[in-house]
Amino acid sequence: MRFDSLIDSVGNTPLVGLPRLSPSEEVRIWAKLEDRNPTGSVKDRPALWMIEQAEKDGLLAPGCTILEPTSGNTGISLAMSARLKGYRLVCVMPENTSEERRQLLRMYGAEIISSPAAGGSNEAVRVAKSLAAEHPDWVMLYQYGNPANWRSHYESTGPEILADLPTVTHFVAGLGTTGTLMGVGRYLREHVPDVQIVAAEPRYGELVYGLRNVDEGFIPELYDPTVLTTRYSVTSADALRRTRELLATEGVFAGISTGCALHAALGIATKAARAGERADIVFIVADGGWKYLSTGAYEGTLDEAESRLEGQLWA
Amino acid sequence: MAVEVRIPTILRNYTDGAKAVHAKGATLEELIGDLEARHPGLRERLVDDSGLRRFVNVYLNDEDVRFLGGLGTPVADGDTVTVLPAVAGGSGAAAGAR
Repeated sequence: MRFDSLIDSVGNTPLVGLPRLSPSEEVRIWAKLEDRNPTGSVKDRPALWMIEQAEKDGLLAPGCTILEPTSGNTGISLAMSARLKGYRLVCVMPENTSEERRQLLRMYGAEIISSPAAGGSNEAVRVAKSLAAEHPDWVMLYQYGNPANWRSHYESTGPEILADLPTVTHFVAGLGTTGTLMGVGRYLREHVPDVQIVAAEPRYGELVYGLRNVDEGFIPELYDPTVLTTRYSVTSADALRRTRELLATEGVFAGISTGCALHAALGIATKAARAGERADIVFIVADGGWKYLSTGAYEGTLDEAESRLEGQLWA
Repeated sequence: MAVEVRIPTILRNYTDGAKAVHAKGATLEELIGDLEARHPGLRERLVDDSGLRRFVNVYLNDEDVRFLGGLGTPVADGDTVTVLPAVAGGSGAAAGAR
């Protein structure tokens, strides 16, 4: 495969079967390896689509400043494109995100503004919105509300999955900006009768949520619940356990949010096997495990890893 | 065998501090009725006239019952039901950005 530049190599990621984790020949689980994108995560797709849409709309020209609330991967994807296209990038990140992400962002030349850990991504969004108001010349692409985010998946991820696996019955992905689920979900619903779209949502411990008020609940503008068939809520312990299981049984070294999606995929698989129904379940491997090594997620017992992860944002 | 019900910190005053209790029933509604008999007062914190309370999320084997059958969702021995206060966006999306 040959590309004119790194940016042109976004997408067309492998879809690999997981025969050891699949319950039977009739109920199969497939991993879409989004860590094979240029900066190592699924976010290369929405980042590129958002930047190119802003360029088309005349909002971005070389020398412009891009502002984005991100807990890491979107920032890293934007940073790579910004470097190649000549933009300055300011990222607002919760302070409890892993050190690897910060180092990568700094290496790409992005500036990082930390938002308080207690509010998680919600607080990063709030800080970014107030910065955008202070700096009207900065361009906030705003992944939570930018239709180019879900369109990137509608136009690339969804068609790739259907082309590789026309018998797909379920699609599972993490619920963050909701862009992956909305985009792939809408595409598959248009092409596959009765396809099920399943959200896997991280359930953090009270250390992350404890200081929040109900009022602070934040629903991304992109979210349309009618696209979803169902939602799973996955604890840090289950996400960690599945992340390790994926490596131990199938050799896939993934980030912790992938364990979250896999947990939901296995829940669906169990139900399908019990009901005697055929299923081809695709889930998203959002990124590799490299950026999470410092969290201690992969060392020692599960209990130790879980307690080290407490209070950190892992998705 | 019965269904394990995990109770959030905020409701453990009804369960003598227990993190998880057991209950029986063929549906979520029956299960909550059985819970009420064992732990009086709990039912009112979970449901009102219109069904599940707005700021309560209930999961059957980690799956949101609002997308299953609500209070009519069938439950079976060996299942796990998790009750959580809906702090992080309620029944909306979580804001876990990447």
